[in-house]
Amino acid sequence: MSLTATNLRCIRQDRLIFNGLGFSLKVGEILWVQGRNGAGKSSLLRMVAGLLKPALGEIKWNGISVKDDPDGFQDQFRYIGHQEALKPVLTARENLQFWADFSGNHDVSAALKEFDLEKIADSPVGIMSAGQKKRTNLARLISSPAPLWVLDEPVSSLDTHYIDLFKRQLEKHVAAGGMALLATHQDLNLPSSRKLDLDGTRGQNSE
Amino acid sequence: MNKFANLVLRDIRLAVRQGSAFTMTLSFFVVAVTLYPLGVGPELNILARIGPGVLWVGALLSCLLTLDRIFQADFEDGSLDQLMLGSLPVELMALAKIIAHWLTSVVPLILITPILAVSLNMPADGIWAMMLALLVGSPVLSLIGAVGAGLTVGMRRGGVLLSLLVLPLYIPVLIFGVAAVEAAIAVLPMGPHILLLAGFSLGALVVCPVAAAAALRLAVE
Repeated sequence: MSLTATNLRCIRQDRLIFNGLGFSLKVGEILWVQGRNGAGKSSLLRMVAGLLKPALGEIKWNGISVKDDPDGFQDQFRYIGHQEALKPVLTARENLQFWADFSGNHDVSAALKEFDLEKIADSPVGIMSAGQKKRTNLARLISSPAPLWVLDEPVSSLDTHYIDLFKRQLEKHVAAGGMALLATHQDLNLPSSRKLDLDGTRGQNSE
Repeated sequence: MNKFANLVLRDIRLAVRQGSAFTMTLSFFVVAVTLYPLGVGPELNILARIGPGVLWVGALLSCLLTLDRIFQADFEDGSLDQLMLGSLPVELMALAKIIAHWLTSVVPLILITPILAVSLNMPADGIWAMMLALLVGSPVLSLIGAVGAGLTVGMRRGGVLLSLLVLPLYIPVLIFGVAAVEAAIAVLPMGPHILLLAGFSLGALVVCPVAAAAALRLAVE
């Protein structure tokens, strides 16, 4: 399994965000996307997830363009955006159960356990703290597993204890033959990660 | 299919837990319709004459109140991204949300219509015709509304624009909906009107989920 992107160009509202961007990601690798605010980290991840169409360039999964075979790529990745995608009136368990049913049914209680959510699993998400919501959202990675994790700011609002827990989950995933593409502000000091720096990838006609 | 039903059930469950969706549209409908007898005066002939029109317009406006919520809440909390990424085609995803909207926001209006119709001095034949016409024609409200909701989902204060986009498209349903009820009251055949309404509904059922899905794809970019 491999993900490759070549010559990607991103234009948002007539502004060139990045140009000529390429990377490749193989099994067992973590690619850390880094850059200033507005450098296009989120845009790049949304492009990989297929929510944003690149103005130029292409993204390939196992050598096949995802544009040509969107269904083949659909179940291969899990995208976690910086928004939590949780409903405040449902409990953490109900939220996870819905997403697990929606994107492949798997063990929700195991996911709750992995992210240390068992105690608060049956309280509504509306009364949870930002960090608890984040963990509930991240638990989807376990309840609906996929080889490629595409994570936008996965550790924002987590305390150091849970950042370590997340890192252990990430390393376990990668060691088990997964791969991850993540964008964070802070360096997570992951031994197996490579860096993709978005600063300096702007085109020459950039303002 | 399972995912489709799951999404419909989840939206219904959200509407029930939040509660406000039911009560808001229902009370708006009741208040808006009761204003007419107060404004027009208690003359029974006039009320019976304008009754079908008042009920239909009331239903259209009440439906508008909840249209923007079809996709807005999911857009704001990031759920829409995830729904678009699932293996359920975006068209079916949109259709599931439309069905949930119809069940939670429009069906309650149909159910309360007989009581309001009585208050407008509508004869019994007219009441049955009213409910039948609403049942057959009202899916159009949710279907066309969802296209407007998809187009305005990324906008702040998109509500007014949504009304401007959607209300003109409701006109055919309003015309034939009222005509069906008036025909029934005048003891004329109302079949043709009901069939036309059914035609609108079926046509919208084919076109609108596709259009709403296209609008959503633009919105998440």
